[in-house]
Amino acid sequence: MIETPIWAPDIEKASRDELRHLQDKRLRSLVKRVYEHVPFYRKKMDDLGVEPEDIHGVEQIHLLPFTEKQDLRDNYPFGLFAVPQEDIVRVHASSGTTGKPTVAGYTAGDIQVWADLMARSLTCAGVTKKSVVHVSYGYGLFTGGLGAHYGVERIGASVIPVSGGNTERQLTLLEDFKATTLCCTPSYALNIAEAMQKQGITLDRLHLASGVFGAEPWTDGMRCKIEEMLGIKALDVYGLTEIMGPGVSMECVNNQGLHIWEDCFYPEIIDENGKQLPNGQEGEIVFTTILKEGMPLLRYRTHDVTTLDDAPCACGRTHVRMKRVRLRTDDMLIIRGVNVFPSQVEHVLMQIKGVMPYYQIIVDRKQNMDTMEVQVELDSRLISDTVREIEQLKTHISHELAANLLIRAEVKLVQPGSLPRTDGKAKRVIDRRRDEGENSCSKR
Amino acid sequence: MYVKQISVFIENTPGRLADFTRLLGDHQIDLISLSIADTTTFGILRGIVKDYDRAVDVINQAGYTACLTDVLTIEVPDVPGALAKVLGILSESGVSIEYLYSFLRDGGKEAFIILRTEQIDKAYETLKHNHVRLLSQEEVCAL
Repeated sequence: MIETPIWAPDIEKASRDELRHLQDKRLRSLVKRVYEHVPFYRKKMDDLGVEPEDIHGVEQIHLLPFTEKQDLRDNYPFGLFAVPQEDIVRVHASSGTTGKPTVAGYTAGDIQVWADLMARSLTCAGVTKKSVVHVSYGYGLFTGGLGAHYGVERIGASVIPVSGGNTERQLTLLEDFKATTLCCTPSYALNIAEAMQKQGITLDRLHLASGVFGAEPWTDGMRCKIEEMLGIKALDVYGLTEIMGPGVSMECVNNQGLHIWEDCFYPEIIDENGKQLPNGQEGEIVFTTILKEGMPLLRYRTHDVTTLDDAPCACGRTHVRMKRVRLRTDDMLIIRGVNVFPSQVEHVLMQIKGVMPYYQIIVDRKQNMDTMEVQVELDSRLISDTVREIEQLKTHISHELAANLLIRAEVKLVQPGSLPRTDGKAKRVIDRRRDEGENSCSKR
Repeated sequence: MYVKQISVFIENTPGRLADFTRLLGDHQIDLISLSIADTTTFGILRGIVKDYDRAVDVINQAGYTACLTDVLTIEVPDVPGALAKVLGILSESGVSIEYLYSFLRDGGKEAFIILRTEQIDKAYETLKHNHVRLLSQEEVCAL
């Protein structure tokens, strides 16, 4: 059994019954608050004929309305806040690739809780007072940077608030400041690892022991690569701006899924019709922010697909574990009628020697046919000087993709280093069909 | 005894080759020999240069990826049938060739063949044994 420090053992190791009792109490109070202070929820509940008194605890949560991302947009920017503006001490917003950004407001209490939850999460990765934590998440409206930052400070470790960008400088700082933990997106971690190899910086010059990576779905293959290249334990942190930011759930060193901090977020798994599914069944995860004050949400639909497991974990934490998010229903592409997830492409590429985990999917429509091109970067260390070997590699990738995606994709091999690198979330998909649609709308 | 060949993967897009060769020119990198294997979507440029370590640095810093491979450089008389004779020797000893290309220097009587095979040791011994002249890195660079 692996022993790891636990930040708040009283709550993190509370019995399931104690947790349930706390959730019931907090949910009752939340429902009253939103009914009284958020007109949007009052109307939704009135429409469904539900009164706050009907909710005795999480047993009745299915009676409550769902909240969709669109509801946040419709109430842009502050329409879902449950407290007066004067009680809001901070506002964050998500990048919002389509339409307006989604906004979240926090009270001083929310910021405290968030720092505590991030402290719990970072402790899962072995961060202690003695650690030096290098934060390459972007600082600003994005929740990543400040979220991680406050958690590190809460623990009392040293935080290096580098934010994103300038990978060479990141490397210098990592080495000189002797960082022990790195916080960033998994794609940026790879980026850093690659730059390190390029500059001939060997692992013994770094002091890194762990990484806390999140803000985008990633695969186990990518984890192995990062762990190997950086010589660290790479762990997954999960969160969404709408719910709080990073630290909604966090993986412990046992790699058995991410512990959801259930005293603050009540999770449900639902099917496509919105019906609750039992633990162990795969579906969309939905969160109710039972402790939030600034912008609490009832049954927020994340579009992230996962399963829940509340079997005891070797780390001693009792909080339910969600499987790492492999699929985001938001990211799903429908190509010639087949559902394709970008993470499937990543999964395939990870198994193939000679290519890098960077890829870009270009979806287009030619003569009324959907086309899918996967641009794959060759690994500069394994690149061949013969056409035969490169063609073989290309054919191999095509076959593997076809076998896994059930759809034929054109593979295009591109030069090492030529696909866009990012210090935030990677842009993996260019859907020209969608772009066309948007153009035609704007002409109207 | 072997000669280092530089190879570079180049995407098949307009202007790419011009850009690449300009890069070499700007850095005073002299191509002694050059060959390009092309497909519809990519090409592999291969060549022998003087000072290959510097060339690799220049190429990599410009965002391309250069690889070094050991190849053989063979001298054959510039007359019909000379190449066939050398290849016959290799084929008889079971050496298969991945690719080869030739170059001439200053209108001499000899042609030079760059030869790439997976069985480079065996190829080298066989040719040596049959008195075929093989050039060293220094000799190629001095041509």
